[in-house]
Amino acid sequence: MSMADIIAQTSPAAGAGARQGITGPYGPKPRRMISRRNVFLYGTLFVMAVYYLLPLYVMIVTSLKGMPEIRLGNIFSPPLEITFEPWVKAWSTACTGLNCDGLSRGFWNSVRITVPSVLLSIAIASVNGYALANWRFKGADTFFIILIVGAFIPYQVMIYPIVIILREIGLYGSLSGLVIVHSIFGMPILTLLFRNYFASMPEELFRAARVDGAGFWGIFLRIMLPMSLPIFVVAIILQVTGIWNDFLFGVVYTRPDTYPMTVQLNNIVNSVQGVKEYNVNMAATILTGLVPLIVYFISGKLFVRGIAAGAVKG
Amino acid sequence: MSKSERPNLLFRNLNAKVASIPMILTAMVIFVGGTVWTVLYSFTNSKLLPRLNFVGLDQYYRLWATPRWLISIENLLIYGAISLVFSLVIGFLLAALLDQKIRFEDTFRTIFLYPFALSFIVTGLVWQWLLNPDFGIQHVVRDLGWTSFSFDPLYNSSIVIYGISIAALWQGTGLIMCLMLAGLRGIDEDIWKAARVDGIPMWKTYLFIVIPMMRPVFITTLVIIASGIVKVYDLVVAQTSGGPGIASEVPAKYVYDYMFFAQNLGQGFAASTMMLLSVVIVIVPWAYLEFGRRK
Repeated sequence: MSMADIIAQTSPAAGAGARQGITGPYGPKPRRMISRRNVFLYGTLFVMAVYYLLPLYVMIVTSLKGMPEIRLGNIFSPPLEITFEPWVKAWSTACTGLNCDGLSRGFWNSVRITVPSVLLSIAIASVNGYALANWRFKGADTFFIILIVGAFIPYQVMIYPIVIILREIGLYGSLSGLVIVHSIFGMPILTLLFRNYFASMPEELFRAARVDGAGFWGIFLRIMLPMSLPIFVVAIILQVTGIWNDFLFGVVYTRPDTYPMTVQLNNIVNSVQGVKEYNVNMAATILTGLVPLIVYFISGKLFVRGIAAGAVKG
Repeated sequence: MSKSERPNLLFRNLNAKVASIPMILTAMVIFVGGTVWTVLYSFTNSKLLPRLNFVGLDQYYRLWATPRWLISIENLLIYGAISLVFSLVIGFLLAALLDQKIRFEDTFRTIFLYPFALSFIVTGLVWQWLLNPDFGIQHVVRDLGWTSFSFDPLYNSSIVIYGISIAALWQGTGLIMCLMLAGLRGIDEDIWKAARVDGIPMWKTYLFIVIPMMRPVFITTLVIIASGIVKVYDLVVAQTSGGPGIASEVPAKYVYDYMFFAQNLGQGFAASTMMLLSVVIVIVPWAYLEFGRRK
């Protein structure tokens, strides 16, 4: 069908017939490359695309202007004089409270939060999903159902008990505490993801390995892991974007010097003191959005798969 | 090899159980334990620290007598209605447009979905800038000559929640579009052919044949949108911090502020329990319809 479309676009005579068949029985319209339907279709899509791209465009344009130009000009006009100073300032000298070392601090905090959180949550959830799919024990499904239902409980209900638990074990306010929190809240969706994936693998594989004497870990490490690269990629995409974009847990479970990037960004932009530097703010905003955007543009269709799965998390 | 055959039975369960400890702990301690704990302490007069000093439903009476909470609920309802209706309509329309076997489908999809990769904080800050009355859209339109043009949703307390909804829709409709597109792709090509043969116009086919067939997709999408609505927090913090005044407060922010700033834990717990209740009201009928009927 996509072939027919390409023809429809390039050679009007052949395309018109194929397309008009949808709306009515009248014969091929004479040589019209631009049918009314196509104008409407692509016109609407184009307008919507502009609407979706506009904020990104404005962000980039604003971040490349000097403040005088911003004050005088309009937000949609391209910069007359491109300057990278706002980016440098946002990264290395913008102030939050008493710290004036820019977003770089938040960036490295976020890296130190995201990397272990992603690894830990995926490690736990993959083994868990594997146990649920292949080594079911009595009561396992009950815990699993509680876990999935728990994913719908608003975080606000569980925030404070976790504060108490983390305080008791001495991790409240530390990065490790936040890593644990991310692993906990990533567990329902990841476990579901892995359980379904492992359950869809041919049973014979598992049986053959058992007959050959492989145990729980042997089968997991030698057979399941090598075969489940795609689902791991999906899980990584899901977790990296989710954890990087988190704000609530960051603000609750860390202290100002360990704030993740999103929290620090909000503090920089919404700080009440000083003159507002919109170009620096926009540069900082782009910097914070850059990691998930890169993940998104690189991963493409896998990202769609990831969010379709992650959407269950709500 | 044969040696390990026998004790395997014991080891099997042991290993699986050991591997499931994090799940069991999370499910029982955090999800069940934490929820019960919070609900229990919502009946106490805990202030700075949680204390088991029961006061019955006092916190709830106080909650529903607090203007800020009432505004939060009202905002949540407006925001929820807008998100639900517009993200479903726009999401479906975009999906239907993309499903017309168009060229550059991947490009368009990438464009519509990229905001979803951004955090609510980034989304909120961008739209705060776009809606800034001194520099943003209002300023640009006024410069074009329409000097009385007014569009400052974030600074006008009567419409501020609509300004927040605009940003939320920009961020979230891409996801709905993707889910809808997946649903549309699941419709059998023959249905379309049959409808065409019968001369049913396209919009009628969509409205009376395709959409009813996509019921499961719509229900899943609805649950996703609904549970996202209740959680709205970061977006408001980034865009308006609840302002002007308390005009754009939402329940999640009320909970956070009472727990960690106002040092009134009891109020925070009561408010979060109300949030839980609202989720239960949405989820239970859905779970009943989806899973209860099958048995």
